[in-house]
Amino acid sequence: MYRYSEFDRDFLAERNRQFRAQVERRIAGSLTEDEFKPLRLMNGLYLQLHAYMLRVAIPYGTLNGAQMRQLAYLAETWDKGYGHFTTRQNIQYNWPRLRDVPDMLDALAEVELHAIQTSGNTIRNVTADHFAGASADEVADPRPVAELLRQWSTDHPEFQFMPRKFKIAITGAPNDRAVTAAHDIGLRIVERDGAIGYQVLVGGGLGRTPMIGKVLAEFIPADDLLPYLEATVALWNVIGRRDNKYKARIKILVHEFGLENLKAEVEKEFALRKPLYAGGKDVALLDEIKTHFAAPEFETAPTDAYDVFYATDPVFRSWADTNLSEHRAEGYAIVTISLKKQGDTPGDATADQMRVMADLAERYGHDELRISHEQNVILPHVHKRHLPQIHAELRAAGLATANIGLISDIIACPGMDYCALATARSIPVAQEIATRFEELKLEHEVGPLKIKISGCINACGHHHVGHIGILGLDRAGVENYQITLGGDGTEDAVIGTRTGPGFAYDEIVGAIETIVRTYLGLRESAEETFLQAYRRVGIDPFKAALYPETKTRAA
Amino acid sequence: MPRDFTPKVITANHLLEGDVVYLTADDRWTRYHAEAELITDEAHAAIRLLDAERQVDTIVGAYLADAKDGLTGPEPTHFREVFRTRGPSNYAHGKQVEL
Ligand code: HEM
Ligand code: SF4
Repeated sequence: MYRYSEFDRDFLAERNRQFRAQVERRIAGSLTEDEFKPLRLMNGLYLQLHAYMLRVAIPYGTLNGAQMRQLAYLAETWDKGYGHFTTRQNIQYNWPRLRDVPDMLDALAEVELHAIQTSGNTIRNVTADHFAGASADEVADPRPVAELLRQWSTDHPEFQFMPRKFKIAITGAPNDRAVTAAHDIGLRIVERDGAIGYQVLVGGGLGRTPMIGKVLAEFIPADDLLPYLEATVALWNVIGRRDNKYKARIKILVHEFGLENLKAEVEKEFALRKPLYAGGKDVALLDEIKTHFAAPEFETAPTDAYDVFYATDPVFRSWADTNLSEHRAEGYAIVTISLKKQGDTPGDATADQMRVMADLAERYGHDELRISHEQNVILPHVHKRHLPQIHAELRAAGLATANIGLISDIIACPGMDYCALATARSIPVAQEIATRFEELKLEHEVGPLKIKISGCINACGHHHVGHIGILGLDRAGVENYQITLGGDGTEDAVIGTRTGPGFAYDEIVGAIETIVRTYLGLRESAEETFLQAYRRVGIDPFKAALYPETKTRAA
Repeated sequence: MPRDFTPKVITANHLLEGDVVYLTADDRWTRYHAEAELITDEAHAAIRLLDAERQVDTIVGAYLADAKDGLTGPEPTHFREVFRTRGPSNYAHGKQVEL
């Protein structure tokens, strides 16, 4: 993985020194909150409902064991013993005190982590496929480019005061696990005549006005990527709307200005910027970065230990069936560790659990961990012969839940349990849905099903692209939950369709059960997934089940 | 037609701890909703909010929140403000265990 250069280290130390001084001046009263707020947001420090919150970037979701241990140390020393992994491949600490934050940032810097540009109208933490460098279906590892983009965008002088935040996601595989179509810019590594390049999507995003990204360029050669992106962001920075914060995203520019016009203008801007990159420094830098991401030396060994356990231990088999994915190396597997134990808070891990995961990565996983946007942790490179041992240790730590991709593997934003912008709670809804289906013993019968929950229209929980999406709203002072169906966050991205009027807090779990039972009743076979069945029959049977009284009235 | 003024308390977050505080009638910041000053007059509310906003070295983000008279003092009326008096629902953290 990427190791900081001296420049990186000095830059971060200087930023942390500056922020420490800013915190001191705020506490001493020489900075007002209006002056301090943009400074703290630039360093990832929010104020939520009950406390401050520090958001730490996990660049392209990659961590090593030492970094994970340090995250545990922060959780224990300055928080309440846990951290919350988010859909943006960040970790959030929900309880820091203002005075402690500079120490937390210094502790993060010791392991080359930071909270810069995890907030504010800047280019945010670049997210990537959490199976990067490991999955069997990959064209190329997207992380070197993600790291290049991080270096390019961090403190980029032109891009510090943009109309709004800007989010970039990248995947190197045709199976899009990074939801690239829901980002301001989505990059997909593609191969053409033996050469690597990028398909560039623009104008995706969820929130108030959900939109699926459109193709801005089918193929940008590798050497042109940075000037091309710079041209795109620069153009939006200049002509994008600033009059209305909800219209200040690039998706609105695409919508109002037109994709073809945007393409033409980007090409013009690109022609101006390309010569500035003539020295090829970016290309040389990318080549240097690539050396940091060389694949580990995969071992060849028999997998008998795995095969025996798989054949004889049903608990292990069930976990292996849901939580393992195909690795590109023979005898290896990708392990997804579920942070979605039924009844627990999606995405939360205790300090002890973080250390268990760090330990497993160091002993059996080439010292690599990933955080997925689905709020789980991944051991990307594990030889199968270690899996029984890993499973046993995960089990002892409460981390062996076998539910990846199933109904209890829910994405939920913090909602009104933490977030100051929330209009309703999301965490307890997730907890109760997971618990209900656990009790009904239906989870495995239902099969692949993605539920995603947001506690307000900002859509941090990606509800628009959930097979079942839930949006919590405040309807006349009461929590109310709207349901969308048929959303999809993969390469075939689709925004879900609303079923109709929302449901009260104590009705929403029942409504989800109704939807799931309707699916079970109409699917053609156990192989037909929820999404496939939905695409075949449409929304009407689900509406009829959810709103029987409307049907009677219409009849 | 202007809406009738409903009773309010002034609430904010503490600068250092970040936790929820309320302004009392004798100009202290309390952690207890029931100790807050219940403001029933619109003009007085505006003045008290200005008083609160001046205290930038103690609190952050003061605002008026709906409240009603209760047995032991003012009580929140909106669920968001009820949660703010307690803490999150997924863990026993915050005011529900600290007060
Ligand atoms: C609790 C503090 C948080 C605040 C104040 C916050 C605020 C916001 C706001 C205002 C937006 C909409 C921006 C826009 O449309 O221009 C947004 C979008 C988003 N947030 Fe958060 N958020 C918070 C936590 C989270 C968490 C915990 C996650 C991950 C679980 C997250 C993931 C996202 C994502 C993925 C979007 C993008 C939706 C889109 O495509 O527009 N946020 N957030
Ligand atoms: S969706 Fe709304 S409630 Fe949930 S974290 Fe984002 S801003 Fe907060």
